[in-house]
Amino acid sequence: MWKWLHPYADPQRAYQLSSKLLPWFSLLAISLIGIGTVWGLLFAPTDYQQGDSYRIIFIHVPAASMSMAAYMAMASAAFVGIVWQIKSADWMAAAIAPIGAVITFIALFTGAAWGKPMWGTWWVWDARLTSELVLLFLYLGVIALYASFEDKVLAARAAGILAIVGVINIPIIKYSVEWWSSLHQGSTIKITEKSAMPDSMLYPLLINILGFGLMIGALSLVRFKAEILARNSMRPWVRELAQAKGVK
Amino acid sequence: MERGISFTQAFWTLLVRDIKIAIRHRGDIFNPLLFFILVVTLFPLGVGPEPQMLSRIAPGVIWVAALLASMLSLERLFKADYSDGTLEQMLLSPQPLPIMVLAKVIAHWLLTGVPLIIIAPLLGLLLNLESGSYGALISTLALGTPVLSLLGAIGVALTVGLRKGGVLLSLLILPLYIPVLIFATSAIDAAGMNLPYDGQLAIIAAMLVGSLTLAPFAIGASLRVSTN
Repeated sequence: MWKWLHPYADPQRAYQLSSKLLPWFSLLAISLIGIGTVWGLLFAPTDYQQGDSYRIIFIHVPAASMSMAAYMAMASAAFVGIVWQIKSADWMAAAIAPIGAVITFIALFTGAAWGKPMWGTWWVWDARLTSELVLLFLYLGVIALYASFEDKVLAARAAGILAIVGVINIPIIKYSVEWWSSLHQGSTIKITEKSAMPDSMLYPLLINILGFGLMIGALSLVRFKAEILARNSMRPWVRELAQAKGVK
Repeated sequence: MERGISFTQAFWTLLVRDIKIAIRHRGDIFNPLLFFILVVTLFPLGVGPEPQMLSRIAPGVIWVAALLASMLSLERLFKADYSDGTLEQMLLSPQPLPIMVLAKVIAHWLLTGVPLIIIAPLLGLLLNLESGSYGALISTLALGTPVLSLLGAIGVALTVGLRKGGVLLSLLILPLYIPVLIFATSAIDAAGMNLPYDGQLAIIAAMLVGSLTLAPFAIGASLRVSTN
């Protein structure tokens, strides 16, 4: 059933597939983030309570939800790498980690900038904020562990185990606003019932969430390609590639 | 391959061996304990000796000191066995690895966690802890320190092969310790205000059960990576 996937474990095929997918991801990400951000910042109606400062939601919510999604993607890749011993999956996990860390930082930073006018403080030690901060530390731990091994095969394996152990934090972040009474508001976008925000605000937000997801996909592909080349630099196909680029 | 001895025998043999070795190097037991006491002593000097202030911060101070002491003592968990080759023999032996690492972690907890629990009420007294909180302090430490040992052992197993593992270790395991810290201190605070705290205890107990069942496998996998 999954036979068609197997060839892509081969580094060369994975590299070619990423090269093919990259322009699509980048184009879609740029246009979706462009549309969503312009719509959200300029044309979406002003909030009756928060005024115009609510507009940071169009950056904050996509970054925050994608910080968790990127972690899950990284952990899944690490899991595939450990269980089926597929090196490409390990490289993908290593490629996602720094991107996830940056996006988590963006979520924390925009959240702080939003908290200042609304809550009157940059930071509170409540469950949602603390668990998101822990997520940042987990990303940094994975990056640091990956960087500290000389042998990158071992590095990816070790960082993968840490990434999988850290998955426990994801449900804590997701449900922190429901389990604890938190200053952070509950989720506004609902999948099964009607969302608690008007469509004119909801659509640009959803477009931006999708755009951020595609942007992370595109950036991960760039890093993944670089990782493949770095780990296979002695292979003939990489040398041919390098020579072909050199001539041009 | 023939196993030779049963799982239980292997578990006890390793447990007794680790305890014996530790008793012959008493510093390994007492240094983390001294560190724990010293860190706690620094706080009254740093924030001032007002009794109200001290009793307010006592649960957090004791728990943070316990986290740090546990982390520092864990660094030794696999080091000696790694450098003299015993660890590789354990990995090669036909006994299942999770059982052996569980024995090592439990031995480590008996030697460093239990003394910490025994000394904690005394430190509570020094910090003027609310009189209702002692039960909560001891029960959270009793349930929480094994979780610290189990989670920390994953980080130690990942970094045992590295020369500069120390600082990295704190980056890896302190984030994992945060949930235990949050629930333990909130249980002690609740007890100080005469509120029920069995909810927080139940969550720490759940963490203990979860880590007791899953962590040995993660530790085993990490050791295989580290020794390669």
